[in-house]
Amino acid sequence: MTDPAAAPPPPRQASSFRLLGTTALLALRAIRRHLLRSVLTVLGIVIGVFAVVTMVTLGKGATRSVHDQVSNLGANVLTVIPGTSQGRGGGGETPPPFKPEDLDAIRDQVAGVTAVAPIAQTTATAISNASNWSTTVKGTTDAYFDAQAWKLANGRIFTPQEEAAGKSVCIVGKTVKDNLYPTSSPVGSSLLVGSVSCEVIGELALRGGGGFGQDVDDTVVLPLKTVQRRFTGNRDISAVVVAADPAYDSADVQQSIAALLRERRNIRSGKLDDFTIFDSRQIADTLSGITNVLTAIVSAVAAISLLVGGIGIMNIMLVSVTERTREIGIRLAIGAVAREVMLQFLVEAVVLSCLGGLIGLILALFTSIGLAKVIKVPFVFDPWTNLLAFLFSGLIGVVFGYFPARRAASLNPIDALRHE
Amino acid sequence: MTAVADPLIRLIGVTKRFGAGAAAFQALKGVDLDIEAGDFMAVMGPSGSGKSTTMNILGCLDVPTSGSFLFRGHHVESLGRDQRALLRRRYLGFVFQGFNLLSRTTALENVELPLLYRGEDRWARREMALAALDKVGLVDWAKHTPAELSGGQQQRVAIARAIVTHPDVLLADEPTGNLDSERSIEIMELLTDLNRTSGITVLMVTHEADMAAYARTVVHFRDGLVETVERKAA
Repeated sequence: MTDPAAAPPPPRQASSFRLLGTTALLALRAIRRHLLRSVLTVLGIVIGVFAVVTMVTLGKGATRSVHDQVSNLGANVLTVIPGTSQGRGGGGETPPPFKPEDLDAIRDQVAGVTAVAPIAQTTATAISNASNWSTTVKGTTDAYFDAQAWKLANGRIFTPQEEAAGKSVCIVGKTVKDNLYPTSSPVGSSLLVGSVSCEVIGELALRGGGGFGQDVDDTVVLPLKTVQRRFTGNRDISAVVVAADPAYDSADVQQSIAALLRERRNIRSGKLDDFTIFDSRQIADTLSGITNVLTAIVSAVAAISLLVGGIGIMNIMLVSVTERTREIGIRLAIGAVAREVMLQFLVEAVVLSCLGGLIGLILALFTSIGLAKVIKVPFVFDPWTNLLAFLFSGLIGVVFGYFPARRAASLNPIDALRHE
Repeated sequence: MTAVADPLIRLIGVTKRFGAGAAAFQALKGVDLDIEAGDFMAVMGPSGSGKSTTMNILGCLDVPTSGSFLFRGHHVESLGRDQRALLRRRYLGFVFQGFNLLSRTTALENVELPLLYRGEDRWARREMALAALDKVGLVDWAKHTPAELSGGQQQRVAIARAIVTHPDVLLADEPTGNLDSERSIEIMELLTDLNRTSGITVLMVTHEADMAAYARTVVHFRDGLVETVERKAA
């Protein structure tokens, strides 16, 4: 009967699952009892999650906006200009402009090219009846609208005959239309572009941002010949727009064009190109890359506030353990084992931080919807970003709640009960 | 008449020393004590006599430095922290001088607390807690927080919390120390009633002879030893 090793009949012990449910209940009760303090405790987490999620959401919106603009272009569009992108210092001769024959060669000899359009560009002031507007004047062919997949809102594009004859007809971009013809349709009216009076035959649809703050809708398009004769006074083509078949790899098309142009411009092997080919997709990728890097940097800064929030939780939980020493003593006397007390405080920290995370997510949701409107990027809800931020806030609760919870669990019940 | 049943609790040569070296303090110097199941024992003695230390050991809140502590015939003096916690959970109930209820928590929730740790489901918890509150006559106050209750009522809630798990032993540490004489009498009558009707063993530390008069056995401590054990005829 007095076996020294024998314990009394084993007491009933709660299963760990029920224990977790019970401690979650205790934690919620404790949080409810100290509502104001709980809210202040999680403020750091709220702000951290809010900042990170808002930044990432807006960043993703900006990236999406860049991609949307590129997919607006339809097929891959390559733009070829004379000169190198790493503009050489003085001393070098100016690279020659392109010739009309270069365009024919590109169209006929490069596989995967669907349209080729020349551009001669200058700036001029356009004057309508009432007002004037300084804008970009583009001389091109009808192929330009195909190549850029740019639709008309009104009217028509010029015919090959008008082009060949160098007629004074023009098509205005949306910005020009808005500034010179705010209320009426410009089609049919006459517009003085520089010193040339021309008839407006069409109005371009809105294209939207071109990146880097440049407004592609601020333009007046005339036949190439008209611009060369009446504006620039030479036959230079300052840029070539090439539309590539999406079935072809745009890098291959780019290479073929480069090879062809090197041959036509007599560039010996070993010498650098004296022209540059921009790939719209590459530009888009570069822009997305920049956006992503910026998003990452800003998010990293915001993540620091998450860390600070975690330290805040630890701080308050430690205070809470001290303040509730007697409560812990009562629980221990009643028969809570150390593990249960620890779990209670840990669960309290996790519930608090998850609650903070949730509030942060909700705030971020509304703020990013609002801000996306203000800075004109689409609102992109990314469930993974939100889930990750939420899980991270929970993790912070575990990490920063562990130390205070362990301290609570290691209290001696007698001392804890005596604590004033 | 050879096989006398083991007492519920038996202390044999229990010593307790606090601290070490020159600063060491010998709180208990070899306490022998038998407590029969169903007894109502008052523990008296001047402060520093070892009565509180003995109560802490009996309550499995502390362990003796040497000696044996048999509970229901089993040695429990060397049990670990968690095993003692489980023992308290299953067999012991505590009532303190300062009530020690959780503030901002209703009487019902306070009484449910030990059941939470026993893993009872919410319906069983509620039913058992209300039954315990009924026993102490406070079922109508279940939704009130300690701040809304008088001292006597708070102590009765604490008693309900202690008996809700139907423990073998109720340990009361000066349960009337913070109450006026009228409330004290109520509490003592409640404890006596519980002892009689539920057969619960009551161990009570008290300074007051009036309160000790309710007990069936009175133990006097002096200088870390049991001085006298005074048993009244049943």
